[in-house]
Amino acid sequence: MKEIVIISGKGGTGKTSYTASISVLAGKDAIVADCDVDAADMHLLMKPVVEKSENFYSGVVAEIDPDKCTNCGICTEKCRFNAIPVINDQHIISSLNCEGCGYCEKVCPVEAIQMNEMNVGDWYISNTKVDNTMVHARLGIGAENSGKLVAKVKNEAKQLAEETNKHYIIVDGSPGIGCPVVSSLSGANYVVLVTEPSVSGLHDLKRVYELVDKFNLKAGCIINKSDINPEVTNEILDFLKKESIEHIVSLPYNENFTKAMTNGQTIVEYDQGELRDAIVQSWEKVKELVEE
Amino acid sequence: MKIAIASGKGGTGKTTLSTNLSVLLSETERVVLTDLDVEEPNSGLFIKGDLKSEEIKYKMIPEWKEDTCTLCGECQKNCNFHAVIQLGPQIMVFPELCHSCFACSELCPTNSLPMQAQRMGTIKEYQYRQMAFVESCLDIGQEQAVPLIGQTNEYVNQKFDEDYIMIFDAPPGTSCPVIEATKDVDYVILVTEPTPFGLHDLKLAVETMKELKKDYGVVINRYGLGNDDVIDYCKEENVTVLAKIPNSRKVAEIYSKGKLIYNEIPEIKEQFLKLKEFILTRKKEFVQ
Amino acid sequence: MKIAFTAKGTDWDSQMDPRFGRTEYILVYDDEKETFESFDNRDIENEAHGAGPKTSQKLFELGAQVLITGNGPGGNAATVLQKAGVKSFIGAGGMNVKEAYKAYKNNELKEF
Repeated sequence: MKEIVIISGKGGTGKTSYTASISVLAGKDAIVADCDVDAADMHLLMKPVVEKSENFYSGVVAEIDPDKCTNCGICTEKCRFNAIPVINDQHIISSLNCEGCGYCEKVCPVEAIQMNEMNVGDWYISNTKVDNTMVHARLGIGAENSGKLVAKVKNEAKQLAEETNKHYIIVDGSPGIGCPVVSSLSGANYVVLVTEPSVSGLHDLKRVYELVDKFNLKAGCIINKSDINPEVTNEILDFLKKESIEHIVSLPYNENFTKAMTNGQTIVEYDQGELRDAIVQSWEKVKELVEE
Repeated sequence: MKIAIASGKGGTGKTTLSTNLSVLLSETERVVLTDLDVEEPNSGLFIKGDLKSEEIKYKMIPEWKEDTCTLCGECQKNCNFHAVIQLGPQIMVFPELCHSCFACSELCPTNSLPMQAQRMGTIKEYQYRQMAFVESCLDIGQEQAVPLIGQTNEYVNQKFDEDYIMIFDAPPGTSCPVIEATKDVDYVILVTEPTPFGLHDLKLAVETMKELKKDYGVVINRYGLGNDDVIDYCKEENVTVLAKIPNSRKVAEIYSKGKLIYNEIPEIKEQFLKLKEFILTRKKEFVQ
Repeated sequence: MKIAFTAKGTDWDSQMDPRFGRTEYILVYDDEKETFESFDNRDIENEAHGAGPKTSQKLFELGAQVLITGNGPGGNAATVLQKAGVKSFIGAGGMNVKEAYKAYKNNELKEF
């Protein structure tokens, strides 16, 4: 079983479009895991039919029992997050402000406060339009992606892959360089970096590669919209060479990316020309690289 | 008047809109642009002004005093974030995991974890043509954006009076940093693309704005691409579409070089002027 | 000396868990006493953040001097391990525990 993780650092580089494309190409050989939970868009292309759904709990939030509360005000005084205002002479928790530190619970003299697990969203196991299984999640407002949620999605995907003898797990990784992306990368057999030749694209590629390198993971890079700025494309190529990152493919600026998306399709379904060929070839290459 | 520019996901053109709109406004108005995307502040790539001042910002974290500590282990129990860990005869503190709640410090029976200021990032103020530009950046390795966003808001509020048009480039998404960045503003401009991804993320952003009870409008970037679903959605939901910035490969090229676009393409300038007019009308109403 | 492994099961034939902080089990082999023990770490699933330092702390409490794992610990975990005097060896993610031990003995794993 091989786990391939696709990450980009910055938004808008075409990461999800690419991930969905190779998921379609891999078809029944793959389990798909969408760990880009902050902008979980892959379902729009993969059209999953939900087969199983469960609530997801993460972190805690304070709750005051008004029957026990004596309105002494110690909690309000101690809370550093202005999360316990007094409304109509009653101390209440503003859950959007509550950080879940539990200080109020510890100092309450009458034990009127308890910390409850927070239901921050749901996660799903679904069957996609090309008949591969997809594990994905949805977060509520104000809820943050976390290493925990990513680990959950990936664990479910791994278990399914083992049970059903799939060869690939294709992971749409989280953005940024924090805890969720660490969790996305952890356990990967191969990392595909999707970037674009803009000043911010290169900047973010370098930042996220630091992590990949630290984890000693094999990586290759796809330069999307490569003809937009040949100068920066060359800078990216130099960077890849210097770091011994495989240059998998350069894709041109092509509005078929968006047209495919608008049709609810992946590029390999929508485009029947050179763009499709390039992506098919890149997937063949990734398959070889992951086995090395 | 305070205006935040936000979007449900990254890569929709939030920074392009904030930088171009601010510079255009500053041709006739007093404007301050603030980059609150403190994890990835990219506005500075487009606006290269003269540095006027720089402030280091701190957050409070506990510091272990070995000599008075009795190794009772209370601090470790009181920290819900695993930021304080007891390792045999020593206490370790992880500043990046610390939420500055003070629980470990104030509940320590021997006062062995006093809170100390620790550097978390910088706020830099630049002068670019007629405009002030404030850039706030978390130090590498720091993970909590919210406290720095809060302090940056305070900085701007203290330095600039109500007469300024204050534009805030908010972080992407719908989680805590966006809420912190938009909670005190008078108006939010949501940037989206006319694609299924754009629509999906716009819906999440609109839900967030409703939850926060904010006044908001939408700018459709890369208009002409995709389909009309975003426009239809805005109609159905009675959401104002403030401007439609036409799609153009040339924009992507200019953007990739880190340059401003509004003066380069007439059809785009027209849309930015429309936005400017909207903001000035709002401001008049606001002052009254 | 006590050698710790991150693993998906409880015996020598178990697959290694390439992850450090969120590993399912920690196996500890004492090569002097020739004892082999396993510890369930699956509770870590409930932690939103800070899994790395937590698991590192467990390793310290178990008295491990060497860690054998897959991808290597993240920044915070690495700091704790260093303070705890645990040496980390990585690159054993695709092996089972027996193979990982052999690779370590033959100096085939990279020190983190």
